Amino acid sequence: MEAYLIAIGIFAGIYLLLALGLNLQFGMTGLINFGHVGFFCIGAYTSALLATNGVPVALSLAAGGFAAMLAAWPLGVVSIRLREDYFAIASLGFSEIVRLVVTSEGWLTKGVQGIPGIPRIFPGVSSQMQSMLMFGLVMVLCLLAILAMRRIVKSPFGRMIEAIRDNEEAVRSLGKEPAGFKMQVLLLGSLLAGVAGGLYAHYIGYISPDQFIPFITFQIWMAIIMGGVGRISGTVAGVIILMTFLEGSRFLRDVAPFIPEVAMASIRLGVIGLALMLFTIYRPQGLMGDYTKR
Amino acid sequence: MTLEIKNMTKAYGGLRVVDDVSITMEDNDIIGVIGPNGAGKSTLFSLVTGFLDGNSGSVTFQGKELGAASATVRAQAGLVRTFQVPREFSHMTVRENLMAAVPDQLGENLLNTFFRPGQVARQEVESAAKVEETIAFLKLSAVADVPSGSLSGGQKKLLELGRALMTGAKLIMLDEPFAGVNPVLIGELSEKIRELNARGIGFLIIEHDLGALSKLVHKMYVMDRGRLISSGDPAAVLSDPVVREAYIGGGVT
Repeated sequence: MEAYLIAIGIFAGIYLLLALGLNLQFGMTGLINFGHVGFFCIGAYTSALLATNGVPVALSLAAGGFAAMLAAWPLGVVSIRLREDYFAIASLGFSEIVRLVVTSEGWLTKGVQGIPGIPRIFPGVSSQMQSMLMFGLVMVLCLLAILAMRRIVKSPFGRMIEAIRDNEEAVRSLGKEPAGFKMQVLLLGSLLAGVAGGLYAHYIGYISPDQFIPFITFQIWMAIIMGGVGRISGTVAGVIILMTFLEGSRFLRDVAPFIPEVAMASIRLGVIGLALMLFTIYRPQGLMGDYTKR
Repeated sequence: MTLEIKNMTKAYGGLRVVDDVSITMEDNDIIGVIGPNGAGKSTLFSLVTGFLDGNSGSVTFQGKELGAASATVRAQAGLVRTFQVPREFSHMTVRENLMAAVPDQLGENLLNTFFRPGQVARQEVESAAKVEETIAFLKLSAVADVPSGSLSGGQKKLLELGRALMTGAKLIMLDEPFAGVNPVLIGELSEKIRELNARGIGFLIIEHDLGALSKLVHKMYVMDRGRLISSGDPAAVLSDPVVREAYIGGGVT
């Protein structure tokens, strides 16, 4: 049970890194990014490929984050000036392209077979110790990300992205160019997603293209919507809610053992979908939403 | 000459919403633009401030042809507009709205935010002092910490004027500053515009409240169906039979 909880904690931390990036992009800036998983995927593959070819893990993790950020740049150049809903479509397309490239460029990524045997981050320790250390690392990185987000929120940069979310044309009328701010936000969120991808790859030890489907992106969206869009505490709460539903519904099997495994997977999705609907109806600002505004 | 709009034209298909309009403005002028709804006044504003591209015509501001300069670049040059429907940053307080308008903020760069926090903080203190002056000048102290989305229509107009001031604008284009504003506040707003004008800021104003506008402006232009149909001294313009025919329909309010 303890090992199980630690495993969930690690996944929650990885989700939290993803969610903090998306919250910066959508919650604070209004950038509708439907392709978040693409950067997660780039981070995971970059770090996994480098590490399996002998690059030290610390370096490969950093490279994963950097590669994801680098990949966000051309996407930003071609699409950041699009209206927000069109950017959503472009970013969704981007993440699917990433997945298809990873699937078909077998010489590099081993295609659908995936990459097995990705080195652990902490070599030469017992698997229990590995998990403990991993949990600690993920939590430290989450804490750093949260502190960075807090600094951003309180800065003139944070004020300007909030202004962009409220009214982009008014921002331009004041002589400020929204595109530059949105680009920085896109890059930073992608860096976080890339690092999260690297952690994920090294933790589970095997990655394949079917782990990076758009559904991951939408799980992150659900988390920040349920928790409270635009608020750091909301992002944390949202990830906890999401993990509770994802994992909690596993235990439904203990209560109802007659339900087959396949049906169970669908029921879990259904439960999360229902929760999302109830949230948008009864708590549209999310659990930690700001009730003084709006 | 502060602003020279020359032969500005904008057409959607065959419909010329702004048709060969030329307006010149000297330093420190307060100029009014009037005309019935749909005359093309707001479109003209968008063309001049770079929010729309014209089909032909040119804008020269302080001796420089603006060409295809973006809205952002034009605003940086000191040519700042407000909007007919106020576009306040509704989730932000009045104070935050004004802070956001301060030009050249170090802290708007992420690297400075993380690596030069001291300098950023110092600049914030300076900006905050300027914002306080503007808040006092526009008498917005009572609502300074209120989310701007919950302000009254008149207060939002004041806030937009305040934001324009914070940018260091040299020419402010106001789109219907008196619409939906109570008569007392209209008087105050006019007074503020005169005061700012005395400090060297030019104003180009679209307005339907002809009574208040004619007391404020030095010169008035009248648009109808995209074209300029009259211009000159406010009193002369308002008694011009062509203008009365097109716009006023007989009686001046």
